[in-house]
Amino acid sequence: MSEIIVVTSGKGGVGKTTTSASIACGLARRGKRVAVLDFDVGLRNLDLVMGCERRVVYDFVNVINGDCTLKQALIKDKRIDSLFVLAASQTRDKEALSREGVRRVLDELIADGFDYIVCDSPAGIEKGAHLAMYFADRAIVVVNPEVSSVRDSDRILGLLASKTERAEKGESPVKEHLLLTRYSPRRVGSGEMMSVDDVKEILGIEVIGVIPESPDVLSASNAGTPVILNSESDAAMAYEDAVARLLGDTVPLRFLEERKRGFLARVFGG
Amino acid sequence: MGLLAFFRRSPATASLAKERLRIIVAQERSTRDGPDYLPLLRRELLEVIRKYVNVDPEAIQINLEREDGHEVLELSVALPEKGAAE
Ligand SMILES: Nc1ncnc2c1ncn2[C@@H]1O[C@H](COP(=O)(O)OP(=O)(O)OP(=O)(O)O)[C@@H](O)[C@H]1O
Ligand SMILES: [Mg+2]
Repeated sequence: MSEIIVVTSGKGGVGKTTTSASIACGLARRGKRVAVLDFDVGLRNLDLVMGCERRVVYDFVNVINGDCTLKQALIKDKRIDSLFVLAASQTRDKEALSREGVRRVLDELIADGFDYIVCDSPAGIEKGAHLAMYFADRAIVVVNPEVSSVRDSDRILGLLASKTERAEKGESPVKEHLLLTRYSPRRVGSGEMMSVDDVKEILGIEVIGVIPESPDVLSASNAGTPVILNSESDAAMAYEDAVARLLGDTVPLRFLEERKRGFLARVFGG
Repeated sequence: MGLLAFFRRSPATASLAKERLRIIVAQERSTRDGPDYLPLLRRELLEVIRKYVNVDPEAIQINLEREDGHEVLELSVALPEKGAAE
């Protein structure tokens, strides 16, 4: 059984690509066959975060147009055997992805025996975002603890409930998961930032993960190594927990409290 | 956190954020799959009401409630306090 997971948010720059890369890696490291697809036509980014940008020969639109086979376009990850990337096209034509074209690619991945197909959605609620979510079985809604991000993600929840194939066919709804990222326990503690409970209460969906704000995310994208592979990092451990929950494990949330530091470390520390 | 940041505490605005979101999200949800004319209706109602009292756009709340089979359009207008209108 294959499962299609969309990583979506509404608002831009909240951490969808970072999340797609880490979740895909995490699932593949647990032995699943995973394909991660970049739906951001015109603004390809996933290849950089995955560190395979120089190996992109064919992209999503090439496959849809029949310029190449799907096998030719899938880039095999060099670190994890069962992980594959399909890059977005750099074309300026936003109409280049069609619903039927996307359906054919997904059907072929399913027929090929992929366990998980992770769809990295572009920002916004236009065509690209719509296509990324249309065929999904599950949605990871990426949210920052900030008013505009929360409001936009509520609109995305509305679209998931009405503008997906599952909704249109009256099938069981897309499973919705909240992934709160760039979370700063210190600022939550001082009342400057909404807490995970606040956001959960407003959106009313179950939490699949809370990823702390971490400098390791930037160094990971600098290096082209998804942050989950940096086992020292809090962000990696938090993503690892999210992957476990996705697979059905019950894992308590971590990194919600500020690490205890001495007075001097707080005054002079970085 | 450096020396300056330690002494310069930012105000605790998280509860404000939550309260604002609670209201706007509830409002947007209630009109989400409502008829397309709702925003226009809201604007025109506001114009009519403003012929008589100077209310703020924020003072008009439209909610669409679904109660066993039929829909109820709920409209509430908070009038300004006496003397504060002008
Ligand atoms: N947990 C985190 N801690 C610190 N920085 C983060 C974290 N998550 C993401 N970022 C940073 O936020 C920025 C946006 O991340 P990313 O590209 O994943 O977002 P996106 O939602 O895919 O953006 P877009 O909408 O443009 O596709 C990047 O600079 C990334 O390094
Ligand atoms: Mg992105």
